[in-house]
Amino acid sequence: MATQQRKRGVGMGLAKGLSVTLKTMLQPAVTQQYPRVKPKLPPRTRGVIALKEANCTVCYKCSRECPDWCIYIDAHKETHEPAGGGRARSAKVLDRFAIDYALCMYCGICVEVCPFDALFWSPEFDYPEFDIVEMTHEKERLEDWTYTVLPPPELEEGAQPAEEAS
Amino acid sequence: MILAEAGVSVFDQLFSNFWVVLLLKTVAVVAFFLIVPLGIGYVEHKGLAHMQARLGPMEAGRFHGWAQLVADGVKFIQKEDVVPAAADRNVFSLAPAVAMIPYIAILVVLPLSDSWFAENLDIGIFFVLAMSSVSVIGVLMAGWASANKFSLIGALRAAAQLIAYELPLVIAAAAVVMQAGTLSLIGIVEAQRDLWFVVPQLPGFVIFMAAAFAELQRPPFDMPIADSEIIFGAYTEYTGLKFAFFLLAEYGGIVAFSGIAAVLYLGGYLPIPGIPIPGPLMMLGKIGALAFLFIWLRATYPRLREDQLQRFSWLALIPLSLLLIMGVAIAKVAF
Repeated sequence: MATQQRKRGVGMGLAKGLSVTLKTMLQPAVTQQYPRVKPKLPPRTRGVIALKEANCTVCYKCSRECPDWCIYIDAHKETHEPAGGGRARSAKVLDRFAIDYALCMYCGICVEVCPFDALFWSPEFDYPEFDIVEMTHEKERLEDWTYTVLPPPELEEGAQPAEEAS
Repeated sequence: MILAEAGVSVFDQLFSNFWVVLLLKTVAVVAFFLIVPLGIGYVEHKGLAHMQARLGPMEAGRFHGWAQLVADGVKFIQKEDVVPAAADRNVFSLAPAVAMIPYIAILVVLPLSDSWFAENLDIGIFFVLAMSSVSVIGVLMAGWASANKFSLIGALRAAAQLIAYELPLVIAAAAVVMQAGTLSLIGIVEAQRDLWFVVPQLPGFVIFMAAAFAELQRPPFDMPIADSEIIFGAYTEYTGLKFAFFLLAEYGGIVAFSGIAAVLYLGGYLPIPGIPIPGPLMMLGKIGALAFLFIWLRATYPRLREDQLQRFSWLALIPLSLLLIMGVAIAKVAF
């Protein structure tokens, strides 16, 4: 490696160091003034998990896969008599869906495992509370966050189209 | 009253009174010592930040954090003043003052223009260099009285550094004195009417600045406070206002040494030929430019090891400065 070192005049390295710091000083700083300037986040930012209630079939997959059991699901069964007669059909109705963000470690397994696209990653990250109990957010709040979900990024050039699209 | 009738106004009478003049001069010098280092400190905050592609303080005082150091000062005043149980109380408490006051004393003789100065000593540069080396006694006192091994190591490093770097500093200054033919700071400035001494004495300027960096324990010569190995050197045990005094001594020292370097090499209050700027502004501008150098080098260079630091002085700076003074002596006699 030593043979690859270029020969330099005395003090050239020192001068180069000075020029680097001076150049950096004259360029604009990269800092974003956060509370005043909201950060521009990429579409797939993992900020918070949002729930599209209409898509949820209460299969409990998310709550069972959750590594630290931070998802609460309550549901009940309703039966509907078909108009033309016959056996009554049953359907599960979601009563409560809550995620305890004091426990959640944002692993995203629930989003991955959801078979009906009811859970999404939203780039929202600004939801502090004064009490840890308040960190359990109910399905209304989770529903609100679905409106902040960004559209997925464009496919890369030459990529296969998604299965659903083809 | 009798004097007033004789045509001497009350003001003349007042301003010729020794004690009144002394008081006014003291107030002016202390105000200068309290304000200008704050400015330098602010530039350090911002300059250092921008050199690292950051913004630095932005909140205090609304506009680009201009009041950050004022806020820091208020914070320091509020802090508890802790003295370690094993510390030598009196020495411990006296040390910050001993470190800080010499730099105030230097500002007394620093001329802002040919009429703006607190005192024009015939032995100005001698007084300044003598004072600048007193400060390290404060650091030694702090290190010894703290009863802390890191403090002691830091203080001894500071003392060793002073011995090593005071020599090239004094010799470089002596070379300027030889060329100017006077010890008075104003005399040295006036001797540069034709040509600033930085031109004929460029190596001396470099030696002087390197030694000044070491004397103030500024990076890259900040081995005495090397925070990654001895915490904060002699200042480890200090809190609150006493620590603030040490900080003020550091920034006051930057102002003082920048001022001395400006007087010795950059023509002090003399304007750049062709650009008429009043002397005090010129002097402050030069102090600012040299102080920026302190900040710039801090952002750029890593800390020297203790042995490298000693080696650099004894094997490079001192021989160079001896050669320099010989050269100046020969030139003085020959031309």
